[in-house]
Amino acid sequence: MKSEQTTDIELALCTRIKQVLGSSLHIRHVDAGSCNGCDFEMMALCNPVYDIQRFGIDFVASPRHADMLLVTGGVTRHLEMALEKTYAAAAAPKMVVAVGSCACGGGVCGQTYANAGGVDKIVPVDVFVPGCPPRPSAILEGILLALDKLDGSRSAVR
Amino acid sequence: MNQLSKKQLVARLLQSFGKKMLSSRPVQEHETELVIDKADLPEVCRTLVQEKKGRLFTMVGNDERELSGHFALYYVFAFDQLQHLITVKTLLEEADPVFPSISAQIPAANWYEREVKDLLGLRALGHPDRRPLILHGDWPEDQYPLRKDFSAALPVSRQPDRGTSMQYSGRDVTEIPVGPIHAGIIEPGHFRFGAVGDTVLHLDAKLFYTHRGLEKSAEGLPLTKALFTAERICGVCALSHAVAFAQAVEAAAQLTPPPRALYLRSLFLELERLYNHIGDLGNLCAGFGFAVGVSHGSRLREQLQQLNEELAGHRYLRGVIQLGGLRLDVTPAELSRLLTVLEQVEADFDELMDIILSHDIALDRMATTGVLSLQQANDLEVVGVAARASGRAVDIRRSHPYAAYGQLDVPLVQYTQGDVLARFKVRAEEVKTSLQIIRQIVCQIPAGAIWAPVPEIQPYTRAMGWAESPRGEVCHWLMVGPEQTVFRYRIRSAAYSNWPAVPLTVPGNIVPDFPLINKSFELCYSCCDR
Ligand code: SF4
Repeated sequence: MKSEQTTDIELALCTRIKQVLGSSLHIRHVDAGSCNGCDFEMMALCNPVYDIQRFGIDFVASPRHADMLLVTGGVTRHLEMALEKTYAAAAAPKMVVAVGSCACGGGVCGQTYANAGGVDKIVPVDVFVPGCPPRPSAILEGILLALDKLDGSRSAVR
Repeated sequence: MNQLSKKQLVARLLQSFGKKMLSSRPVQEHETELVIDKADLPEVCRTLVQEKKGRLFTMVGNDERELSGHFALYYVFAFDQLQHLITVKTLLEEADPVFPSISAQIPAANWYEREVKDLLGLRALGHPDRRPLILHGDWPEDQYPLRKDFSAALPVSRQPDRGTSMQYSGRDVTEIPVGPIHAGIIEPGHFRFGAVGDTVLHLDAKLFYTHRGLEKSAEGLPLTKALFTAERICGVCALSHAVAFAQAVEAAAQLTPPPRALYLRSLFLELERLYNHIGDLGNLCAGFGFAVGVSHGSRLREQLQQLNEELAGHRYLRGVIQLGGLRLDVTPAELSRLLTVLEQVEADFDELMDIILSHDIALDRMATTGVLSLQQANDLEVVGVAARASGRAVDIRRSHPYAAYGQLDVPLVQYTQGDVLARFKVRAEEVKTSLQIIRQIVCQIPAGAIWAPVPEIQPYTRAMGWAESPRGEVCHWLMVGPEQTVFRYRIRSAAYSNWPAVPLTVPGNIVPDFPLINKSFELCYSCCDR
């Protein structure tokens, strides 16, 4: 069921995590007002088909244990503070990946009285992964790009 | 039921209102609207629900000042036996935007009445709960986003928070706040437990964190564009919302899409139900730490979502629907491939259900946990899986058929215990009925066009569309504006109907059972919050 492309990304991920972080990558997900499509694609990364845990990647309960935040949604008014607090609590290097069109720039909802219209309006973003929702393999690639960026060997991708 | 007798029955139903009825008119084929004075609201609504056995389908507030100088309220009641909807409309003066609350008699109206206060500044007098609902405590009290003169462009300041959560105090009572950011990959909500030891005394759920203002942002959009908004209300109910919105537009245009389109809509709707139900059943096992169930459930769900992508180009079936029909057809080869995949999925699914339902710990954790009584389900007008697990027979595919459901055999799955196990079993059996329905569709599907052009719609025509999403019925209320745009769009999802029921099922259970109870309802936050 796996595409070849996914396998390439997976291999690269494994190597890069070892290089950059030593052994494992811990991620905290922040739903900042998504439609849940992006969240479910992120959840699919943990299913037996993608199974990201075999690379030493795991979703953790607390931002204090997290190297990276995956943020979905365009940041609603009611979640702005939660996102800021989660970001403040995250451990260095505080990588942020904006997952989905909403997180990247507001998506169909755009900017309203209740929606900021993008994660970078509230916290700094390292990698933008567009798509509505992006496929699980695209999210994996976004994670890899953030790691690359941290390492400085590849240029930043927006 | 023939049309004549239905007409007579509806007339008889309305007879009792006599002079209270200022006027009445048919709206579309399945709806009658009566206009009453706001003072008569409680009595008319109470009669419709308690004596005539209607159920509150939705309630909509609308700023019609530019049309009639008034605000309007629409209470819509569904009469399942009659396959008919009755709308009670009342007008409110701009200078006196208040109306008598019906929530004390009809508890299901509670949220709707709080919502029109938050978004339109229409206040229900005598409402038992004056806390804001959609907008949280730091929103200024005199700003109403759904009024037409509210400027979406101006930033709205934050006020000192009015503190809208429940406080628990007293010896031996522990207050446990959870969320809005949770430990797992789940949507945001804030839950506050008042607990004594392990046992929950009371639960307060604060929602609407993902309120994005979709109804406001849809206003003024061309109908064709608003379809994209409808598809993005929710990820996992995307297709149900798209169908409901398309049906509302088609009803306003008095258009029936070609038969093949109707069958294909039912086909995709059942595929949406399948991947959700199977995924949800697996995920439910996470509530009692049963990893085998979680893994297999998510594997099967993945297989079904890959099938979605193969058939429709999208794992969540976005882009399938268009106004007047569908955007894409399915070839005979694809249909036979579909049947092959479903056969594999069904065999694995049966095995998985055997494993879970013969596991003592699974049964022990699910049985008698999180009970929703029939009385509670009826009072709150609960829909979907949760309703059917408590013995409440609502399934809008059967009661008000849409798409091709009128031509298909849709069995009712029903349990009466109302606990987590009953909700589990309803889902499990509905997986089987969905598979049956899909097989019927593949046998019966007619050839022909998949789309018909949508005729021009008169400005200020209003209409409704609905669908039975995996979580229960959704209802889209639409008023079309000038030049085929959206004037007002009210989205009432299954989650909106069911969320108020969840906190009622938790007291008396232990705190660690909450995630399990919550997963057994499996309500979307985004659908509810909009
Ligand atoms: S990008 Fe699309 S799938 Fe993701 S949260 Fe936004 S609307 Fe939902």
